[in-house]
Amino acid sequence: MLAPLFSSKLLLILFFGTLFGLILGVLPGLGPTTGGALILPFTMTLDPLSAIVLLTSIYCAGTYGGAITAVLINTPGTPAAAATCLDGYPLAQKGEAGRALGMATVSSTVGGIFSVVILVFFAPILAQLAYEFGQPEYFALAIFGLTMLASIGEGSPIKNLIAGAFGILISTVGKDFMTSIDRFTFGINELTEGIGFIPVVVGLFAMSEMLTQSTLINQVFNRIALKAIKLPSKDDYKKTWKTILRSSGIGSFIGVLPAEGGTVASLIGYSEAKRFSKNPEEFGKGSIEGIAGAEAANNAATGGAMVPTLALGIPGSATTAVILTGLIIHGVRPGPDLFREQPDFLYGIFGAMLIANILFFIFGFFGAKIFARITLVPNKILWPMIFAVSVCGTYSLNQSIIDVWIMLFFGVLGFFMRRYGFSVVPVIIGLILGELVEGTLRQSLVIFDGNWLMFFTRPIALTFFILSLIALAFPLIRSRKFKKNND
Amino acid sequence: MKNVQKSKRANKSLPFFFKDEFKVSFVIIFISLILLLTTFTFDIVPPILNRGIQPATFPKALLILIIAMTLIVYYLATKNPWKIEKKLPRSFFLTLFSFILFVIVSKTLDFFLAISALSIFVAYYWGEKRLFYLLLVGIIFPIIVFVFFETILGLRFPPGIITNIYYS
Repeated sequence: MLAPLFSSKLLLILFFGTLFGLILGVLPGLGPTTGGALILPFTMTLDPLSAIVLLTSIYCAGTYGGAITAVLINTPGTPAAAATCLDGYPLAQKGEAGRALGMATVSSTVGGIFSVVILVFFAPILAQLAYEFGQPEYFALAIFGLTMLASIGEGSPIKNLIAGAFGILISTVGKDFMTSIDRFTFGINELTEGIGFIPVVVGLFAMSEMLTQSTLINQVFNRIALKAIKLPSKDDYKKTWKTILRSSGIGSFIGVLPAEGGTVASLIGYSEAKRFSKNPEEFGKGSIEGIAGAEAANNAATGGAMVPTLALGIPGSATTAVILTGLIIHGVRPGPDLFREQPDFLYGIFGAMLIANILFFIFGFFGAKIFARITLVPNKILWPMIFAVSVCGTYSLNQSIIDVWIMLFFGVLGFFMRRYGFSVVPVIIGLILGELVEGTLRQSLVIFDGNWLMFFTRPIALTFFILSLIALAFPLIRSRKFKKNND
Repeated sequence: MKNVQKSKRANKSLPFFFKDEFKVSFVIIFISLILLLTTFTFDIVPPILNRGIQPATFPKALLILIIAMTLIVYYLATKNPWKIEKKLPRSFFLTLFSFILFVIVSKTLDFFLAISALSIFVAYYWGEKRLFYLLLVGIIFPIIVFVFFETILGLRFPPGIITNIYYS
């Protein structure tokens, strides 16, 4: 598995990718999705394997990096680390920041490695199943992905569905890929090629975050000093090993579902840790099990989210949507054929994720103190710099100034979406899945001679439609149950 | 919790057209309707070339879906009002203005100058008054980024008063 990585160039890329991912994870507002989108133009000079190794190492390390900020300044570096704040910061306040970070590092590494094992075993099985898929099955699968996003994503399910539908709508801009008829181009030549993925991602994540930060310039963070990171004690291991394994399983499973991956996984991992704990009253006050539950789950979601991305070409999270774009830009088409034709390439990715998990353990363990200092870079210096990189990176892909303006437009839109409770992640997933949804729908209708009911005669497609209905009904059932419990 | 309840009460006392849920729903539906009307201007494919459905059908269906779901969101919001968001501070509007400034300067004068101007403007209004740091974010860093993209990625930036000097 590691053989394709034994080149000094790839190991160097892994090293820098992990380091860069950690820095991105530590900085609140950035994170692996924005960082991946910003780095994507730079990968154009690399071969496909190097590019994807860079992106996956950023993904793994960035997810862990969020924990450092969560523990030390009570602000999650990434949304996936939000649950880590609940117990990480209180423990740090008790003067045990080193212990909290030690547990976060160990559980993240275990969760990450566990999920790579899941990826290695399950991605080929899923890919094998995908051989049975035709156009109607892919259409049903894409619909299932979108409904899952609404159902277990953050915030209101209907708002998530609106955002997802909007993402698909963006994918229809430009020449219709079947008939070459212009749609929503408004006479602008640059729009005939459609709206690119990078301007939308950089806009929705980086620029909207810049606008959010502009509203917080007077915010003061209380940073807890970190003397040294400590490995968990024997007693801590005894207390948490079951939690770590359980959360690793939960995280990997949630990651496989096309949704918001790490964020949801960490919340479920945390609440399950509390449910199974002998000391649930300690949760929220600095429970070591709480940290282990959240961190093992969010890092386990990384490998899980790569399963549908590689096996089906359906992103399991926002960051894997960026990785999927990276694959497509470099001419690699994810899906079952990839497993048959380029096994070395896949093993390279699996190996890179494994090594990235080990590397961030080493970097985290020996360098957490230094990474913690990165949070001291003031926003008034950091964000203008991110703006310069965002603008040049967005411009570089098509050398189009219109792309830069589109990025700014989506920045403003993303800010207001987030302000009013619309998650931006479904837009990204919708944009990625848009062509697949429309293409497979239209091709299926050609196959079925326009008879929509034929979709329900295909067992796999029917199964996905039923699962979609369950996914849509799930939030209703959940809120009723919640109401009943509260009454 | 008390604050949320307070803001919910405050939200209930506002006329409906001042409430965020109305404004947001109105904007979404208004834009969707305009886009829906636009779909009627799309060319129609003759039956021999038409594969499955007309090119306008899919976006039309999506827009109708968005409108319907927005109406549901608004209906739910009338039962359970959104909390009132804090007023946006001046720094937000200045940052937004800097985006507009960037578009104007990059279109009329120079791309590099636009990045530089925005960086200095944002850094200054976000509270950075030290000249060295303003020069760092406004000039030194954009030059590094420019040179990096130009040499490593072989990128050619759009012409402009400063970029032309660099290329000549």
